[in-house]
Amino acid sequence: MNKKRTLTYREAISEALVQGMEADSNVFIMGCGVDDEGGIFGTTQDAFKRFGGARVMDAPLAENAIAGIGVGAAVTGMRPVIVHARNDFLLLAMDQIVNHASKWNFMSGGKLDCPLVIRAIVGRGWGQGAQHSQSLQALFSHIPGIKVMLPATAYDAKGLLLSSLRDNQTVISIEHRLLYETKDSVPVEPYFVPFGKGTLKRKGADLTIVAFSFMVKEAMDAAHRLAEEGIEVEIIDPRCSSPLDMDLILESVQKTCRLLVADTGWSSYGISAEVCTRVYGQLFDRLKAPIRRVALPDVPTPCASNLEKEYYPGVDALVDACHILLDNGREGNTTEKLLPAEHARFQGPF
Amino acid sequence: MIDHQWAEKAYTLLVTIRKTEEAIASEYKNQEMRCPVHLSIGQEAIAVGVSMCLGNEDIVFSNHRCHSHYLAKGGNLNAMIAELYGKSTGCVKGLGGSMHLMDDEVGMLGASSIVGGSIPLAVGAGLTLKMREKPHVAVTFFGDGASEEGVFHESMNFAALKKLPVVFVCENNFTATSSPLSSRRPMDNIFRHGEVFGIPGTSVDGNDVVAVYEATRDAVQRIRKGEGPSLIEGKTFRMLKHVGPEIDTSSGVRTQEEWNRWQEKCPVKKFEELCLNEDLLSARETEKIQKRIEMKIDRAFELAKSDPVAQWI
Repeated sequence: MNKKRTLTYREAISEALVQGMEADSNVFIMGCGVDDEGGIFGTTQDAFKRFGGARVMDAPLAENAIAGIGVGAAVTGMRPVIVHARNDFLLLAMDQIVNHASKWNFMSGGKLDCPLVIRAIVGRGWGQGAQHSQSLQALFSHIPGIKVMLPATAYDAKGLLLSSLRDNQTVISIEHRLLYETKDSVPVEPYFVPFGKGTLKRKGADLTIVAFSFMVKEAMDAAHRLAEEGIEVEIIDPRCSSPLDMDLILESVQKTCRLLVADTGWSSYGISAEVCTRVYGQLFDRLKAPIRRVALPDVPTPCASNLEKEYYPGVDALVDACHILLDNGREGNTTEKLLPAEHARFQGPF
Repeated sequence: MIDHQWAEKAYTLLVTIRKTEEAIASEYKNQEMRCPVHLSIGQEAIAVGVSMCLGNEDIVFSNHRCHSHYLAKGGNLNAMIAELYGKSTGCVKGLGGSMHLMDDEVGMLGASSIVGGSIPLAVGAGLTLKMREKPHVAVTFFGDGASEEGVFHESMNFAALKKLPVVFVCENNFTATSSPLSSRRPMDNIFRHGEVFGIPGTSVDGNDVVAVYEATRDAVQRIRKGEGPSLIEGKTFRMLKHVGPEIDTSSGVRTQEEWNRWQEKCPVKKFEELCLNEDLLSARETEKIQKRIEMKIDRAFELAKSDPVAQWI
């Protein structure tokens, strides 16, 4: 057993699926292209090779019915994993996710569980445009009865996915395309990252950044740059937007008294707003500055590279926001905005 | 196949549904059942004809008008009435109400009030049955309105592709709330919707319990041979309004003449006449069955009214 083994995020997801299917014969995968050579960016190929088409099945382009078929299979004892190459396709399945998957347990008086897992990837890089790039965690986090996980590392991707495969509630896994090639130490054996338990990514006394998904990586880079200026940032990755680990967030803000929330979705009505309101409700008197948010501007995603570069807030925006929070007289970014390496080196087509 | 025992069971189910719905309609004015009720009066034969082919291991999913499907599948009557009264003894503990009846012990796994919403759930249950190599079937009951929903077509495609043990049962009462079929569809041919997927369809008199039974039996036999799903359309009539206990002639969508014509085709009366004419049941037996059911229903209402109120789960 080599505990120092590293895997990419993509490989970690693949390994979790194989191990989850080995552990429970009720687990099966459905989705467009899960059995093709690409295997959803390399996450379902190994499972297909191992378990074949009976348990890793291609699906018609019928997102709503496939979600409903997942619900029907789940409430009768199976554990379906539905995979979408993009978040955007989930919008075609909203009736089944919101009206059925999230409510069947409640509407059955608690008698039937709906252990359905829906994986969907946030696209970014190479001009994905308005309909291949959405980060829709806020929509799903609004709905009681489902869990929303946002793994930001390969370790969490495997551990959260394995947890989802033995959870009795529907889980939406929002994965980020730019994280797929990032590496992390990932144990070989199965392990389970609990839902609603965040992780402290970095300790620091000056301010807290609560970051989700790809913004965790951006926050770590921002913290590194700020450390060179003598500013120590504490970073928390809640890992799930629902349930949300408020204990960890409040404990950190209690100490630093300053909070920045970073999300891959839009800021308006986003999960960053939820974090803000919960912190204001508990720690209003402790805060030394108004909470700041770094999230997407309220426009759809542009395709053109120059606009895309302006659109996504990254390390610069985070560093600026930290300076404003600390009120240290530095405002605005004077250097040219840089894309994160994951975005800059992303090769098309998808 | 239609013998005394069959007739007694089918008649009992038909009368149970009819008299339960009448009792609900009668009690509804007291404003104690505080949820919308979509009554099945006039449509009982489809639920019963289908369920006469099913056992407890077979699975049913239904829609907002689910009382008939629940009772025909053998759902607990006391728990159903308690559910309508919002009591903790309700079949889903008072959390669902009339539109979400469920009795998992008899394979009635729930009802969706989103039109067409539970169709893919039945297909998913069919997928479970197939993956686990079980010999049972899954049935989805839906109305003519649901045939216009995309998910119906998506679900049929998948069920046919995977040859799943699913029976799609459309109760065509020609009316979606108050929109007549003719204002929603260019053709009255719902049973043909599966053809492009290779799903055989049949249209039967939905007020004839024997015709519905025979169509379902054929569909189940086809499943047993591994040939996959079927679509059955039963043409019928909703005697009451879309929701609530009133007769549906006041809106002007349906005329009194039309209503009278369908009253003549009452599925309960039709089967009772068949039983008496063919000596399947005697008049004494039908009376006895009716009395027994009335007592059960009275008791169910008594219990429901005195049961404890719902609690959070």
